[in-house]
Amino acid sequence: MWMLENAFLIPLIPALSFAVILFFGKRFIGADRVHVIGITAVSLIWVLSLVAAFQWTQRVEHPSPDAIAQISADGHGDDHADDGDDHADDGDDHADDGDDHAGAAMDSESGHGGGHSSVLISPVVTTYSKWWSNGGVDFAVGTHVDGLTVLLLVVVASISLLVHIYSTEYVKGDRRYVHYYAFLSLFTAAMLFFVMAQNIVQLVVGWELVGVCSFGLIGHWWEEKPNTDAALKAFLTNRVGDIGLLVGMIVLWGTFGTFSIDGINAAISASPGTQHLALLVAACCLMAAVASKSGQFPLHTWLPDAMAGPTPVSALIHAATMVVAGVYMIARLYPVFYDGFSIGTSSINLMALIGGFTALMGAGLAFAQWDIKKVLAYSTVSQLGYMVMALGVGAWTAAIFHLFTHAFFKACLFLGAGSVSHAAHHTFDMRKMGGLKKFMPQTYWTFVIATLALSGIFPFAGFWSKDEILLGAKVGQQNGYPLMLIFGCAVAFMTAAYMTRVVWYTFHGEYRGHGHPHESPKVMTVPLWILAGMAVVGGAFNLPGPVLEPFGLEGLAHRVQTYAEPSVYLSGLGLSHPDPSLSMALIGLGLALSGIIVTYLYFWRKMGPHGLTERNKYAKAGYTFLENKYYLDYLYNDIIVASIKKPIANGANWFNQNVLDKAVNTAGESARDSGRWIYKWIDQGAIDGSVNAAARGADASGEGLRTIQSGKVQNYGQLLFGAAAVLAIVFVIVI
Amino acid sequence: MLLNQFLILGAVLFCIGVYGVLARKNAVMVLMSIELMLNAVNINMVAFGFQHEVVSGQVFALFIIAVAAAEVGVGLAIVLLLYRNQTSIDVEDFDLMKG
Repeated sequence: MWMLENAFLIPLIPALSFAVILFFGKRFIGADRVHVIGITAVSLIWVLSLVAAFQWTQRVEHPSPDAIAQISADGHGDDHADDGDDHADDGDDHADDGDDHAGAAMDSESGHGGGHSSVLISPVVTTYSKWWSNGGVDFAVGTHVDGLTVLLLVVVASISLLVHIYSTEYVKGDRRYVHYYAFLSLFTAAMLFFVMAQNIVQLVVGWELVGVCSFGLIGHWWEEKPNTDAALKAFLTNRVGDIGLLVGMIVLWGTFGTFSIDGINAAISASPGTQHLALLVAACCLMAAVASKSGQFPLHTWLPDAMAGPTPVSALIHAATMVVAGVYMIARLYPVFYDGFSIGTSSINLMALIGGFTALMGAGLAFAQWDIKKVLAYSTVSQLGYMVMALGVGAWTAAIFHLFTHAFFKACLFLGAGSVSHAAHHTFDMRKMGGLKKFMPQTYWTFVIATLALSGIFPFAGFWSKDEILLGAKVGQQNGYPLMLIFGCAVAFMTAAYMTRVVWYTFHGEYRGHGHPHESPKVMTVPLWILAGMAVVGGAFNLPGPVLEPFGLEGLAHRVQTYAEPSVYLSGLGLSHPDPSLSMALIGLGLALSGIIVTYLYFWRKMGPHGLTERNKYAKAGYTFLENKYYLDYLYNDIIVASIKKPIANGANWFNQNVLDKAVNTAGESARDSGRWIYKWIDQGAIDGSVNAAARGADASGEGLRTIQSGKVQNYGQLLFGAAAVLAIVFVIVI
Repeated sequence: MLLNQFLILGAVLFCIGVYGVLARKNAVMVLMSIELMLNAVNINMVAFGFQHEVVSGQVFALFIIAVAAAEVGVGLAIVLLLYRNQTSIDVEDFDLMKG
């Protein structure tokens, strides 16, 4: 289990790679060869991630005694969850307040483990020495490795590696090639640091670091104004959510007195419901952060604009990894949300509603876009909404499984779009594509596979994860989530439809661009095939039991659930898993197929109401509504910002000129007048006068006394003896 | 009553010395007057030592005579330098420290 305890190495390697590329890349390695460092580093962490994942599965399959979360009779088990760490022997005093950290906080299963016969595997929490300490509060630094962490490690490392390789061709000859690879390394390091954060302070640090990398890479080609605008929009929108993140984290700290993720989760899981109000506040605040980072309504508007960055960056950051940071945070702190939003008992809640609405809204917007990357961006928004909705209905495993599968097929779609653009003269406008199937078959087939996976067609990866989400929404926990089920089904249909539209416009029909498109080189298509392969087989990681029974492989069912789900926290909450349902799977599959078929008939067979948007004003209005992205950008820019700009700005100007300035001027004038008065009477009169008087007194007394100092020794002698004589006389008389 | 006569002699001698120090213009005479004052003290020392039948009074007087010899040597050297500087040993002429 060495890798799990020394997981800090994994983010350290790309961090070093970042430093080497940035400081020595151009000078010593050569600007066009810096990718060697980046690819080497990421390959290394890919291997280490797989080792970590393997060791984690070993920990679950063959748990050593110290890996099992122990339950003591009095409900305060104090086991060594963090086996082999140096928590106890790092010598400083934070072992004393061990409830801040992992050590004593593992009493999560107290009183709740009775009904669960399965063994609960504790995470590997390693706390290094105190990072800093302020006002009696210790900020530790360490790693928290469990199934969720290693799953994210594998996803991030795999996609980062493929994107590194793909980028050698895609951004070849770019003027900021070194900068590009430095940022890719930094992003990888930040994301890995984020997923293995031991406490919520590290979580915030990682969250902001990936935000900075996103900003830097969206604005990679900053010479063009729209790119810098997009970068700024992404950054500023995220700042809005970050306020929620900070406030939420502070509320959590104030409630539990600890920063440790393990401590917070274990405390909630040990006594669910006791801190409901505080958790509701924290969950609402953190939801704002999720909305900004993971592109949820109403803060999703930055994500489509973020497509201004290089396409591999869009694949890595704005589709597969960084934007799932919000989903990851919900999953990581799931007890907070579960308890705060009463997911177990309600049949609708804020998180499910935001997720479901975002999924529906994003899918609707994807229909009206002509930019292939923006379609994919709205698709990402929609799928992230799916994940958040899944978490909102209590389907933890389904959400994380969908995160896993989505990362691969969405990265494949983005890299495919990049390949298309690379071939078709750097345009992303689907109106200038078409018929590319025969020019670039490799890209076409990988794109189609990923499309089928995203649409949820059996047996591709998306089918299995989407099915679990729909099932989770139907069954829920204590109550079903009927509204979410309707949203989910509608999105399943729409996703299949808009992706088929993209395939039609991009690859079928006649080529509408200029020049001669060509297939991309191998260095780009091989990553595409790897990702497409994952889009095919990704679903195998969490197959439901009944599917495997005929083959005698029931032992391999629900691997993601078995390995990734932190049941050590979730079992205390009473989280249950729905039984697989064939009818639900058929409904989901039927919706996706009908979406594809309807679109197929519409485009390929020219059936249906073509030109409806030109003829029917209601349809046209609806289309315009979609094309303008529900006018949300107008709401933000023209109404909110403009109202701030114009009347509020004018009012503020008037207020500034007439009230504030006047007050300031009056204050200034009165200060000036009083200053004059003080100068004249107090300074000149009293202070200077007394100083002058003292000087004159000294002068006069000096004049008087200087006559005594004649310089003649005999005069002094006279005074000396005279004084002695007087003193002698006084002495005689007194005695 | 033998002691009183010595003490009166010492007091008179001391007063003559003080007068000499304060009133004489010649620096050499001033030094000589200081010697008178010192010897007035010596008489007192010897007289009290005799009275109390201890020898330390006389020993002290001998010390004072020896130190006074050194002191007058320094003093005469100063007077000599003053004379070289101003061709005068009149103490009235030396008032450089007048304020």
